[in-house]
Amino acid sequence: MEWLERNVPKLVLAPSFVAILIFVYGFIAWTAWISLTKSRLMPKYELDGFGQYGRLFAAPRWDVAMNNLFIFGGLFIVISMAIGLLLAIFLDQRIRAEGVLRTIYLYPMALSLIVTGTAWKWILNPGLGIQETVRGWGFESFAFDWLIRPEMAIYTVVLAAVWQASGFVMALFLAGLRSVDTEIIRAAQVDGIPNHRIYSAIIIPTMAPIFLSAFIVLAHLAIKAFDLVIALTNGGPGYATDLPATYMYAMAFSRGDLGQAASSAMVMMGVIFAIVVPYLYSELRPRRDK
Amino acid sequence: MTSNTMLRWGLYAVLIVFAAFYLMPLFVMLTTSLKSLEEIRTGGLLSLPREITFAAWSEAWSTACAGTQCEGLRPFFWNSVLMAVPAVAISTVVGALNGYVFAQWQFRGANLFFAGILFGCFIPFQVVLLPMAQTLGFLGLAGSIPGLIFVHVIYGIGFTTLFFRNYYVTIPQELVRAAKVDGAGFFRIFFAVFLPLSLPIITVSVIWQFTQIWNDFLFGVSFAGPGSQPVTVALNNIVNSTTGVKAYNVDMAAAIIAALPTLFVYVVAGKYFIRGLTAGSVKG
Amino acid sequence: MPILEIEHLQKSYGETHILHDINISIEEGDFLVLVGPSGCGKSTLLNCIAGLEPISGGDVSIAGRNVTGVSPKDRDIAMVFQSYALYPTMTVAKNITFGMKVRGVDKATQDAKLAEVSRQLQIEQLLHRKPGQLSGGQRQRVAMGRALVRDPALFLFDEPLSNLDAKLRVSMRTEIKKLHQDLNASIVYVTHDQIEAMTLATKIVVMKGGVIQQIGTPAEIYNRPANMFVADFMGSPAMNLIPARVRVDAGTTRIEIERKDEAPLVITDPVARDLPAEIVLGVRPEDIHEATEGAHLPGNAQRADRDVLIDIVEPAGADTFAVTQLGGKPVTARLRAESPVQARRPFPLAFDLSKVSYFSPKDGQRLN
Repeated sequence: MEWLERNVPKLVLAPSFVAILIFVYGFIAWTAWISLTKSRLMPKYELDGFGQYGRLFAAPRWDVAMNNLFIFGGLFIVISMAIGLLLAIFLDQRIRAEGVLRTIYLYPMALSLIVTGTAWKWILNPGLGIQETVRGWGFESFAFDWLIRPEMAIYTVVLAAVWQASGFVMALFLAGLRSVDTEIIRAAQVDGIPNHRIYSAIIIPTMAPIFLSAFIVLAHLAIKAFDLVIALTNGGPGYATDLPATYMYAMAFSRGDLGQAASSAMVMMGVIFAIVVPYLYSELRPRRDK
Repeated sequence: MTSNTMLRWGLYAVLIVFAAFYLMPLFVMLTTSLKSLEEIRTGGLLSLPREITFAAWSEAWSTACAGTQCEGLRPFFWNSVLMAVPAVAISTVVGALNGYVFAQWQFRGANLFFAGILFGCFIPFQVVLLPMAQTLGFLGLAGSIPGLIFVHVIYGIGFTTLFFRNYYVTIPQELVRAAKVDGAGFFRIFFAVFLPLSLPIITVSVIWQFTQIWNDFLFGVSFAGPGSQPVTVALNNIVNSTTGVKAYNVDMAAAIIAALPTLFVYVVAGKYFIRGLTAGSVKG
Repeated sequence: MPILEIEHLQKSYGETHILHDINISIEEGDFLVLVGPSGCGKSTLLNCIAGLEPISGGDVSIAGRNVTGVSPKDRDIAMVFQSYALYPTMTVAKNITFGMKVRGVDKATQDAKLAEVSRQLQIEQLLHRKPGQLSGGQRQRVAMGRALVRDPALFLFDEPLSNLDAKLRVSMRTEIKKLHQDLNASIVYVTHDQIEAMTLATKIVVMKGGVIQQIGTPAEIYNRPANMFVADFMGSPAMNLIPARVRVDAGTTRIEIERKDEAPLVITDPVARDLPAEIVLGVRPEDIHEATEGAHLPGNAQRADRDVLIDIVEPAGADTFAVTQLGGKPVTARLRAESPVQARRPFPLAFDLSKVSYFSPKDGQRLN
């Protein structure tokens, strides 16, 4: 009884502990193991070294996927942050109807990426979408057919993703701007420092942790991005807009190549590891003092 | 003064242009869904429907073809409801208890475990897709709604635990001590002292989990069977159905139907929605 | 039978020792105050008595029963916390009766107890409010009410007044003292405020770095501090601790205090004392007297052989404090309000040697 009383907290955590241990860490280990075997349609368990990774890095389609990840991820993060910061600073200027504008900027975050992809696919289709509409206004030579041009299609994914996530970055930054100590800002105003200098020299530097958070969240979204590509381009034209996530899915469920699926998943995890682990480490370090 | 006024006008102009950018797809979806196919082919993308028709909506809801199945979104919509409600409820309850332990009943090794859970929030799900498919088959849950509930609970408790832990950590530990001296035990303290305080964070957790699970596509497309697909998967199938004429108005109506529950949640409880988003990214 | 007995209590987290060999015993009706600077282990010790923290060694007995390893609810204690720890979603009445409810006390008894305690603390009109609607002082009363209904063998108070403003603190202090006298309750009380310790305690434990420095009545602690730490910590302004040299000859003790740019100050005690050559002289500000012509000097007050240069004069209403420099340390004297002392002027002082403490400069321990 006494023992039970003392160990209730541990017992409560136990199911989660077991679940996380098996379904997160155990599964990662399983995938890692499979990535080192010759598994194809069915899992095989004899280790075979790094052959799968060799095949992976030699595959042109994987090359495209990784390239796309860097183009998409880079642009998506930079543009979302830029728009988010701009909107946050503008909204911070005692704007009338701030609440309404905020609601409008942020609502895409509530949508499924499948919905987002479906909507943009329609808007961007050259036959009846934006291109045709602008031509209808008299600009006969207007062309906006990125969706069907292999070298440009990835940028439509960037466009849709920025549309979806930049409002969220705005909300993060706005919260950050509002949390800066107003006394510091008052002091700067008394000192006669102009408004744009107050932002660039005082407010934005104190928001460094928020930039980091936004970066982490966006990077994480970019690496996991799967639904959006499926709905918007389905990886096409050809495999021009493949990302590691869609590559992995194709290998796992349509090509029946478990070894490739596992090794590509491990590479994805490696990329996330490289970004998230230092972040988590720094977040977890300052402990409560009591 | 005049340059200042100009600046204000410029400010508002930029803000309104962006508002238009964010609203445009929703506007296009809505107007397209209310047009006839005929009008879509002839009229502009941004024009208002000349003649409003709800035909596309009823088709999307009850007769559109997703793959070979032509029953519209309706059965899949209910699949999503049947999947999301229990998954949200279970993961929130588990998260609340876990968070309570992490915040108030520290023991040796708890921090390491918490870090382990936190890290679990960040893994790309691709890395668990293959073994999970095998495991669901092994458990007899493959292609079923309980299977999807299971998956969503497992990979949802990381976030719910984080929410509750960060919320409960702001409650002074003396409260637990006082209740211990008063003779209350672990569960008594949780139900009498902590649960009544938890409404805001329960709301955050429920909204976050609901949005995540409703909007999920990866688990749905990987683990659901033909009879258990969630609405997102069905939507994608409807849009990509190659049979017959491309019915853009039906696609758009279907997309709006799939988006309605989460949009509704966002409109009525936007404050909590934002808190969930930011709590998921910034430590409490 | 002691109401609380702590024997050889040890507490450590891994390699860090928080409490070293604590031995304390108090009788029924005692008001024990644990005092020390923050981080000295006093709150940890209180939590160990409450059973809220496990101990690494030793025994704790309450009312003659060894409660080591017994959970807090079974120790027959009640506790008042620094943050009051009121349950935020419960009304005042529910806060007070929660413990009884948990223990299955019947409703009639609960109501009777609640009525009695709320009358005693004058919080009857607050019973239906929530803690968020109360002022700091009211919360404090409710927290005490929650402890009082328990009617325990031992009350534990963890810095209960530290969140109140200065004025309220003084009045609550008086009330706690009154409560103690009225109930003849046994209390262990933690504070970092030495005035609180002096005014409330029947017995004081001074702690530093997890080690008990001295246990005694307030008078013993104040008049005969066991070491320089206690001397410095208890009393305000603090005891002056002046490095000095001692020469014993011909039945007298000469105490020489170095001064900057001046001849040493010499005080002569007309008895021979057994002291080492190097000491630290501990003298309370009120034991330094004004030695002008015709001034009345009490007891064994001995004039210094020369006047001292006064640096600062601080009139404080009832007293005037004069600060000078002796042995390389600022030394404060508490003089009467009308004293003619002036800053930057020499002034004659006398030291009451019957009340001074002598400390060893090596280990800081008391010598007399």
